[in-house]
Amino acid sequence: MTDILPQVRTAEPAAEARTRTAAPAAPASRERRTATSATGTRRRLGPGRAIPFARLTGPVLVVLVWWAASASGYLDPRILSGPGDVASTAVDLIRSGRLQSNVAVSLQRAGLGLLFGVLAGVVLAVAAGLSRIGEYLLDGTLQVKRAIPSLALLPLMILWLGIGEQMKVTVIALGVAVVIYINTYASLTGIDRRFVELGESLDLSRLQFIRKVVVPGALPGFFVGLRLAVTASWLGLVVVEQVNATKGLGYMMFQAQLYAQSDVIIVGLVVYGIFGFVSDALVRAAERRVLSWRRTLAD
Amino acid sequence: MATHTGGLIAERPTGRAGAAVRTTRLVRSFGDRDVLRELDLTLGQGEFTALLGRSGSGKSTLLRAVARLDHGVAGSGELDVPERVSLSFQDSRLLPWLRVLDNVVLGVRGRDAKERGAKALAEVGLEGRERSWPHELSGGEQQRAALARALVRDPELLLADEPFGALDALTRIRMHDLLRELYERHRPAVLLVTHDVDEAVELADRVLVLEDGRIAVDLAIDLPTPRSRRDPRFQQYRDTLLTALGVDQHDASADPVHPEPHPADAPAGQPHKEKDPHDPQA
Repeated sequence: MTDILPQVRTAEPAAEARTRTAAPAAPASRERRTATSATGTRRRLGPGRAIPFARLTGPVLVVLVWWAASASGYLDPRILSGPGDVASTAVDLIRSGRLQSNVAVSLQRAGLGLLFGVLAGVVLAVAAGLSRIGEYLLDGTLQVKRAIPSLALLPLMILWLGIGEQMKVTVIALGVAVVIYINTYASLTGIDRRFVELGESLDLSRLQFIRKVVVPGALPGFFVGLRLAVTASWLGLVVVEQVNATKGLGYMMFQAQLYAQSDVIIVGLVVYGIFGFVSDALVRAAERRVLSWRRTLAD
Repeated sequence: MATHTGGLIAERPTGRAGAAVRTTRLVRSFGDRDVLRELDLTLGQGEFTALLGRSGSGKSTLLRAVARLDHGVAGSGELDVPERVSLSFQDSRLLPWLRVLDNVVLGVRGRDAKERGAKALAEVGLEGRERSWPHELSGGEQQRAALARALVRDPELLLADEPFGALDALTRIRMHDLLRELYERHRPAVLLVTHDVDEAVELADRVLVLEDGRIAVDLAIDLPTPRSRRDPRFQQYRDTLLTALGVDQHDASADPVHPEPHPADAPAGQPHKEKDPHDPQA
């Protein structure tokens, strides 16, 4: 970059004489410049432009390795069935309708748990973020709840709510609410003090302030929480479906374990994986739309 | 300026008949330190006032008190301010998640809010940028949008806290012209906090110097606008204010080649200073 300096100096009238005397050196320095940076732009520090669907590269590679290991006989089918076996088992499960009915039940549980959990998490975060009383009452409580795993709450939930759907949705919702709360609250309390002052100077009502400043300002954190919450809802699903369930993806896998059907277990895992991936992609897409005002490293 | 519906200020046929702002024995303290000490100040309606002062002199405290944004600051005294007060900050403070027009009309009531917002944007030279995001505007354009946001409220009092401090010199000159032009058209009372003496003399009709929590200098600037910095009387006002601010004008002249002594009470038209269009930050 030092070679740019003489060219810049020509802008100063006082330096004119100097550049004139140094004229023979100028072409040489220009040549050196093109040699050092071929494209003529600076080193890019961001990751560059994104290619659509390139995110699938990693998962596809994993499947390829798995397939290669099974086909070469390196993997014992008793430990782990090959992709071919798993695919044919999946087809059988779909034909018999077992997979769809179990997935539908699981999806409903996860969806309801996610819905209630997100609503509760957002309301709690706004209440704790905007009022001191809310903060004193809620924040400590939720930090404690965060430290208690859902699994540990299960006995109590069963005692209170029985073993029906209500209990299952509640356990999922509790896990979801905590991650939504933690991230939304962090983002909300991180809203620039200057914007609060702006709202005050514009005489915004509390409702306008929440709609125009608090909610949009907390959205980045909310979306981080939402992505974690989607995962949390699947996680909660596995926990609740292995306890006294008679339907659902987790139940199907649990049964398969009893009968040593590793292919059925894999089908269940793949379904979990697909749903996790798709739901994460949906949240990302929503995030990109809603947060289109942001310019980040990834853009 | 439209008519005012409140009882505080009636029509003002004579310009300075009523006061836009009146503070009586205003005190503001942080801990043991009184930042404003029984400050009495009256700003006339439609009067353009600049407030100078060294850092720590209480400029911002006074501005925030007048803007009624100083929650939790201890103090006493009386404060009369109009109903419609707009505040502009050193940064444009546009919400990054709202488009420019939505930023301008933020908090504006009424069905014609968007219309008025678009008009205000046109007035500051940003027509056609209504749907832009704030980050798509240059620094000067952002500050213009902030000015439109202040204007659309049809303020009786415009408070400006170093609004040009973060702008480059060329943009600042253009913004000076724009502010003065908008002021002439709408005639709100203006209180401009700045640390730039030239800016104060160029824009304001009255310049106050705040010192130790009180008004130390109250100087009327009796020059026709637009004002030239080469005008000897401009220089005279400038030197008076710099002296009041306690600036040794030889150090300040940024001209070490001619360190020529002159009395503290500076006469008009220091010739060597006319070459120096920018005040090196008093």
